[in-house]
Amino acid sequence: MSDIGAKPEPIEVRFRGGGFAPKPHRWIGVIVFVVLIIVAEWGTRSGWISPLTLPRPSDVLATFGELWESGLLLKHLVPSLSRLAIGAAIGASFGIGVGILMGLFSYVRAGSVPLVAAIFPIPKIALLPLFVIWFGIDEASKYALIAFGTFTPTVVATYGAVDNVDRSLIRMGQSFDLSWFSIVRKIVVPGAMPGILSGLRISLSIAIILLVAAEMLGAEYGIGAYILEAGSLYDLERLFAGVVILSVLGVLLSMTIGLIERRVLRWRS
Amino acid sequence: MDIRLDAISHSYGDTEVLRDISLDIPTGRVVCLVGPSGCGKSTLLRLIGGLERATKGHILQLGTPPEGCLNPLTYVFQDFALLPWRSVWGNISLVLEDHGIKGAHANAIIADVLARTRLSDFSHALPRQLSGGMKQRVAIARALAVKPAVMLMDEPLSALDSQTRELLMDDLVSLWTRQPFTAVYVTHNLAEAVRLGHRIVVLSRRPGEIRDIVEIDRPLEGRGHGDRALEDTQRHLWDLMRDEARAADEELLDV
Ligand SMILES: Nc1ncnc2c1ncn2[C@@H]1O[C@H](COP(=O)(O)OP(=O)(O)O)[C@@H](O)[C@H]1O
Ligand SMILES: [Mg+2]
Repeated sequence: MSDIGAKPEPIEVRFRGGGFAPKPHRWIGVIVFVVLIIVAEWGTRSGWISPLTLPRPSDVLATFGELWESGLLLKHLVPSLSRLAIGAAIGASFGIGVGILMGLFSYVRAGSVPLVAAIFPIPKIALLPLFVIWFGIDEASKYALIAFGTFTPTVVATYGAVDNVDRSLIRMGQSFDLSWFSIVRKIVVPGAMPGILSGLRISLSIAIILLVAAEMLGAEYGIGAYILEAGSLYDLERLFAGVVILSVLGVLLSMTIGLIERRVLRWRS
Repeated sequence: MDIRLDAISHSYGDTEVLRDISLDIPTGRVVCLVGPSGCGKSTLLRLIGGLERATKGHILQLGTPPEGCLNPLTYVFQDFALLPWRSVWGNISLVLEDHGIKGAHANAIIADVLARTRLSDFSHALPRQLSGGMKQRVAIARALAVKPAVMLMDEPLSALDSQTRELLMDDLVSLWTRQPFTAVYVTHNLAEAVRLGHRIVVLSRRPGEIRDIVEIDRPLEGRGHGDRALEDTQRHLWDLMRDEARAADEELLDV
C-alpha cells in the first residue's frame, strides 16, 4: 500500500462529524427581537425609514401606555381572551375526542377521513357569514368560528398520533387482560400525547388568527376589533400595538404548551 | 394447570405456517421451542396465549389455574413492552389495577416481585433509565405479579448482549429453583434451550412441524458450563436444525 522506504508525515484525521444537532440557545431569539426593534427605532428617528412606512417603536409603546391608562386595554383584552379560551377549548376537545375515535374504530375513520380532508382546506374565515346566520351575530358565532378552525388540525394530529402508538404495547395490554377502556386510557392516550400536544401548538396559533377574523363582524371590543379599526384609519401606531398584543399572546401560548410538554412528557427525553 | 395442544395447524392466507402440532406442557416444567427463524414459533406462542385463533386444532387447559392466579397465560416479550411513561412500580401496578388490587395489597405484591427480581432499589426509575437486562427483569417481575399458571416467553433474552444474557439465565434458573413455574420458552439460541429447558421441542422450517422432542433430566441448578452431556445434547440439536436452518435461509433468498 505505501512505500517501504519513505515514511510519510502523519496527518491528523479530519473531523467531519459536526452540525445536524440543533441545541437550544434561548437568548438568541431575544437578541433578534431586540436588534430588530433597535434598528427600527434608530431608522425612524434618523429618517431613513419614513414614518409612513413603519411607526416608531417608542410611539407604539406610548400608545400602549395610553391604552393601559384609559382602561381600554383590559376592555379589549378580556372579551378576546374569553372568546379565544372558549372557542379553542371547544374545538380542541372535540378534535381530540373525534381524533381518538378515528384512531380506534375503522368505521369512524373510513367515514370521517374524507370529510376532514374536505373541510381542512376551507378558509374558515369565508364561513363567518354562515356562522352568523346559524348562531347569530353575538358571541356564539365567534366561538363557532374559532372552534371550527381549531378542530380540524387537532383531529388530524390526534388520529395520526393514535395511529403511531406502539402496537406491541397494546398487545401487551391485551395479553394481561386489561379492559378495553383501560387500554385506551392507560396506553393509547398517553402514547398519543406527544403528537396531540404538537398538534395543539398549531391549532392554537390558528385560533389566534381566527380571533381577529371573528371580531370583524359585530364586535365593539376585542383585540381584533381594535386592530381592524386602527387599520381602516391607517393609524399605524395603534395597529402595531394591537399586533404586538397578538404576538405576545402567541408566544405565551407556545410557552404554556412547552411547559405542559415538559411536565407531561418528562418520560421522553 | 397443564396445557395441551391438539393437532394445531395455522395459515396466514395461503401461507401455511404451522402443521399438525400436538404437544403437552406439564405443570412446573420449562418447555423450550427451538427452530429456524420464520418457522412459526412466535405464532404458536400467540395461539397458546389466545392472542390469535388457530385455523385448525384446539388449545386446551387441563385443570384449574392455581389459587390467586390473576392471568393464567402471561407473556414476556422480546422487546420488553414496558410503558415508557410509567415507573418500574407503575408498570407492575398497571396489570394489578384492572383486577381491583390497589393500596397496601398491591404494594405488598409489587415489593415481593421486585425483591425476587432484585429490582427493589429501582422502583421509581423510568424505563429509559434502565439497561436492557433490567428492563427485561421488570417485564419478568410484571409477569410474576399476576401469578401466572403458564409463562409464555418469546425470545426474552434475544435483545440483550451475551453477558447480560448469561446473567439473566442465572436469574431465571434461581427464580425457578425457589418457586418452580411453568413456561413455554421460545428461542433460537440452543445454549439457552439446554440451559433452561426440561423439554426441548425442535420445529422444522415453515410450515413448522415437530421434528423431535428432547428431554433433559438434569435439574436446572446443576447445569453449569462445560457439561459434557449438555454439550452433546446441544450438538444433537444443532445436527437436527442445521439443514432446516440452511434450507429456511435459502428459501428467504428465493422469495
Ligand atoms: N400476522 C401475520 N400475517 C401474515 N403472515 C405472518 C403473520 N405473522 C407471521 N407471519 C408469517 O408466519 C411465519 C412465521 O412467523 P413467526 O411465527 O414470527 O416465526 P418465528 O417466530 O419462528 O421466527 C413467517 O413466515 C411470517 O412471515
Ligand atoms: Mg419470533
